[in-house]
This record gives sequence, structure tokens and C-alpha cells, in this order.
Amino acid sequence: MSGKEAVVTDRRSPLKIARGLGSSHSGAHHWWVQRVTAAALVGLGIWFVVLVLSLHGADFETARARVAQPWNALLMVAFLVAMFWHAALGLQVVIEDYVHTRWKEVVALVAVYFLAFLGAFAAVLAVLRIALTP
Amino acid sequence: MAPTPRPTSPNIQIYRWQVQMVSSILHRATGIALAVGTLIVVCGLLKLAGGADGFNQFRSLVASPIGMLLMLGWSWALFYHLCNGIRHLIQDGGAGYRIPQFVRSSWLSVIGSLVLTVIVWAYVLTAGGAA
Repeated sequence: MSGKEAVVTDRRSPLKIARGLGSSHSGAHHWWVQRVTAAALVGLGIWFVVLVLSLHGADFETARARVAQPWNALLMVAFLVAMFWHAALGLQVVIEDYVHTRWKEVVALVAVYFLAFLGAFAAVLAVLRIALTP
Repeated sequence: MAPTPRPTSPNIQIYRWQVQMVSSILHRATGIALAVGTLIVVCGLLKLAGGADGFNQFRSLVASPIGMLLMLGWSWALFYHLCNGIRHLIQDGGAGYRIPQFVRSSWLSVIGSLVLTVIVWAYVLTAGGAA
């Protein structure tokens, strides 16, 4: 029995350990989704601004009918999902950068994701009510 | 849980002022402001789904002086984050990293966002009344 064998605790090959995931244990997934949602929001954000400007001076019935149109409702849901996802990812980085007490960091991260999900669900449900009720 | 040990940056007063650090910190600041601003979007949609009374209340709140001021701030934040976000996406593609390009694109984000904000508000104000 050699001393060398006794310290082997990980039988994965070095390649298996290195491939895919970095020190954050999630690879570049966060970085990539932040960019994909950003690219989506370039188009959807401009669309949203144009929609809001087109509702300028419109009364309630007109505004509701405009948002209820199939394409507008679809794009609004896409905009909301991309927006809240992008916002949560961005706030996560800010918290990780500035909150150095571990338990406060974890609490803040969980709170941000809870609020982002709540906001996204509330807004999407509102769009569904607008689009599906006559 | 133990605090996370992390490297720290040199203090900000060491640096000479450069437009690149303004464009960088503004991107983060406008991002945080826009994350708060999502509440207005959610609120508007909930009111639009809820009925005419609530929606009109929401609209007059947005059209009030404080509401207009907030909308002005958020519209600029949106346009800045949009312009500088496109800049970052281009940089992520590997382009625009030479120092003169980097400085020029920083200014482009700042000025572009101001121009877009002026255009939108010129439209809003000349089309009469408030959003």
C-alpha cells in the first residue's frame, strides 16, 4: 500500500473536471443569458417605446384594444419575460459585487429573484386578462 | 455564513476622470433605475387590465409634474442603457477595443441617449398634454 493511493479522492479525469464549468460552477451560463436577453431587448425595448408613444393621448378603451391585439400581446409577454430576466441577472451581479456579508448577499439574491418572478407573473397575467377578456 | 473574501479595487479618487468610467458606471446605475422602473410597467398593465377608473387614475399620476419628471428620468435611463448596451454587445463580439474607438463609442452612448430622449419628449410635448 503506497501513500500516493491513499490521497486519491477524485477519480474523474482532469478533462472531465475542466470541461464546461468554471470556478463559479455554472460556467458562462449567466453571462450568456444576460447577452441573449440584451439582444432580445434591443428590439423589444424599441417596440415597447413605440407602443407607449402610440398610446399617447389614447383613452382607456383604445389603449386596452391596442394591447389586446394578438401581435402586441405576444410581444408584450416576450418583452416582460426578457426584461425581468435581464433585470434579475443584472441586479444579481450588482449584489455579488457590493454585498460582502455572505448571509446578506444570499438574502438579497433570493429577494431579487422572488420579486422578479412575482413582477413577471403579475404583468403577464395582466396581459392575458387584457388579451383574452373581450 | 462567512464573508466572501474578494479582491478590492483601488479607490476611485486615484483615477483621472475619463468618459469610459462615466459610461461604465452609468450603465450600472441606469440598469438599477430601470429595474425599479419595471414596477411602473407592471402597475400600468395591471391598471389597464383592471378597468377605466384605475387606469385614468394611473394616467393622471404619470401626467403629474412629479410623474413627468420620473418618466423623463426613466426614458433617458432606458435610452442610455439601450445605446450603451448595444455598444457592449458589439464589444462582446470583439470589435471597438482600441482606445480611441472605446472613447468615441462612450461619447456616442452618452450623446445618443440624450438625442433620443429629446426626440421622444419633443414628440410627447408637441402632440399635446402628457403620457
